[in-house]
Amino acid sequence: MSFGFFFKEAIRGLSRNSAPALAALLTVLLTALVLGVFIPIVQATTGTANEVRERVLVNVYVAEDATKAEREQLAAALERTANVKSVEYVPKEQGLKEARRKNPEAFGRGVDLLGANPLPDMYRVVPDDPDGVAAIVDRLAPANADGVREPSLAAIDEVRNKEEDTEKILSATGLVKILTGGLMALLVFASIALIANTLRLSIFARRREVEVMKLVGATNWFIRWPFVIEGVIVGLMGGVLAVMLLTIAKETFIDPLEDRFALLAAPETIDFPLLIVVLLIACVAVSAAGSAITLRRFLRV
Amino acid sequence: MSKIRTRRRPGAAETVAPAPLPAGEVPVVELRDVSKVYAGGSVGLERVSMRIGRGEFVFLVGATGCGKSTCIRLLMKELEVSSGEILIAGKKLSEVDRKRVPYLRRNIGTVFQDYKLLPNRTVYDNVAYSLQVIGESREEIRRKVPDILRLVGLSTKLHNYPDELSGGEQQRVSIARAFVNHPPLLLADEPTGNLDPETSIGIMQLIYRINRTGTTVVVATHDKEMVDKMRRRVVELRDGRIVRDEQSGLYRPDESTTEFAIRLRGELGVGDEGNPN
Repeated sequence: MSFGFFFKEAIRGLSRNSAPALAALLTVLLTALVLGVFIPIVQATTGTANEVRERVLVNVYVAEDATKAEREQLAAALERTANVKSVEYVPKEQGLKEARRKNPEAFGRGVDLLGANPLPDMYRVVPDDPDGVAAIVDRLAPANADGVREPSLAAIDEVRNKEEDTEKILSATGLVKILTGGLMALLVFASIALIANTLRLSIFARRREVEVMKLVGATNWFIRWPFVIEGVIVGLMGGVLAVMLLTIAKETFIDPLEDRFALLAAPETIDFPLLIVVLLIACVAVSAAGSAITLRRFLRV
Repeated sequence: MSKIRTRRRPGAAETVAPAPLPAGEVPVVELRDVSKVYAGGSVGLERVSMRIGRGEFVFLVGATGCGKSTCIRLLMKELEVSSGEILIAGKKLSEVDRKRVPYLRRNIGTVFQDYKLLPNRTVYDNVAYSLQVIGESREEIRRKVPDILRLVGLSTKLHNYPDELSGGEQQRVSIARAFVNHPPLLLADEPTGNLDPETSIGIMQLIYRINRTGTTVVVATHDKEMVDKMRRRVVELRDGRIVRDEQSGLYRPDESTTEFAIRLRGELGVGDEGNPN
C-alpha cells in the first residue's frame, strides 16, 4: 500500500482520538519549550566558564643574564612544548605598562622611586587545554628530589602559573560544566520519558484496535506505519508551536536586553536557527520512535 | 436410576462417525494429538486429534471452559500448542514463523462473539480494511465491498459506524469482513453468543451460505437449538477432550424431559447424584 493510504490512516487515527493526541502534542510542546530555553542557558554558562578558563596562563620569566642565543632557544622550545596554544613575548617595558594599568598604586609611584624597571622579560604561554597546565610547568621546570623546581633551560629564570588562581578557576568552572551537563542530560531524559509515556497512553487506548488488525492478517509494519506517521505529525506540530513561542519570546524579551547582560551575548551560544532545527528534529524523532517502540508490545498477538 | 440412564429413543442411539476422508485428500484442518496447557497449569486441550475435510461444516460444542475457544485460537496461531501438531491445508503451524502469521490469517476468516470490529471505521471501511491489508487495489475494493455487504444485507448501512448498528448487524459486518477475500477456512467462535434466536438464525444462514460456496467452516457454539436443527458434524469437547464426533449430530444425544429433570435436580445438588448419560 502507498504512503497516501498510511497518511490517511494516520489522519483518521488523529481525528478520531483527538484527546490523547492533543495530550501528546502538549507534552511535546512543553518539553520543547523547556529544552529551547535551557539549551542556550546551559551553553552560555559553559561558554562563560570556558572564557574564564582561557585566563589560565603560564608565565616563563627570562633570566636577566641570558644570551640572545639562549633566548632564541627558549622561544623555540616553548613553541615545541606539547599542549601549548600560543606563546607571547612580553618585554619588560610592556610588562611594566600592563602592571601599571592593573595596579597603579604599587607600580606607579613605586617604580618611579626605584628608578629602574624591576620586571624581567617574560614569555606568556597559553595552554590548549587549561587542565594540562601543570604538565607544561613540569616540562619547563621539573621538580627535583627535594621538590624544588629547576629550570630546564639556562634562559629560564622561573616558571609560574599563579597556582592558586589557576586551581580555583579550574575547579569552579569544572563544577559548572559538570552541573550544567548533568542538568542537560536529565532534562533530555525527562523529555523523552514524558513524551514516550504520553504516546504509550494514547496507543494503549487503541490496543483493541491493533489486536483486531492483527486478527485480519495485517503485518506489523502495515499497522505500525500510521502510528509512526501520527507520531511525526504530533511531534512536528508540537515542535513548530514551541519554536513559534520561543521566537516570539526571543524577539520580545531577550533581544532588547542583549546588550545589557553579558550572559545573553555570550559568544558560544547556539545559533537560533540551528536551535530551531535541532528542536524540530528531536521532537519528530522522539515521537515517531516512541510510537513505533510502544506499539511493539501490542503487536505480539 | 440405571433404567433412566439408558437411551429410550431408538433414532438417537444410531450415531454415525464422520466419513473418512477420501484417500489422498489433504484435510483443511488436522489436529494430531494436540494438547494445550496454559501458563498456570490449567488445561485447555488434552490430546485432541481430528481431521476436517474440504467443504465440511463442523460444530464444536461443549460447556464453557471445555476447550472450544482454545481450539479456535490455536487454529489461527493466536496461541501455541503445548504438544502435538496442527496442520492447516497440510502445513504445520509450528513451522509458520512469527512473521508469516499475518499471511496465514489472510487465509482464515474469523468471526467472534464480540464482533471485533474497528470502532473508528464505518461498515464499509471495516470490510475494506481486510482487503487493504492484503494490498488489494482501490478499484477491486470499490467493487468487492459493496457486493459482500449486499450479500449480508447491509447495503443501506455502508457509512454507519459499528456503534450505530444492532448486534446482529455488527455480526453481519464481521462475517462480511471474514469472507470478503474468500478464505478457504472460516472459524467462528460463538458467532450467535450475544444474539437472540431469531437473529441467530439469520447469522447461521449466512455462515451456511458461505459453507455452500465450498469454504470449510468450524463453528464453536453452545447454541443447542441451532446445532440440533442444522444436523451437521458435531465434535463435543469436555474438559479439553473429544468425547463425541458425529457426522450429523445433536448438541447432546437426545434426552427426555424426565432425563433432563433428573439432570437438573442432580446438578443443583438436590436428590441423587445425577450424572447425565
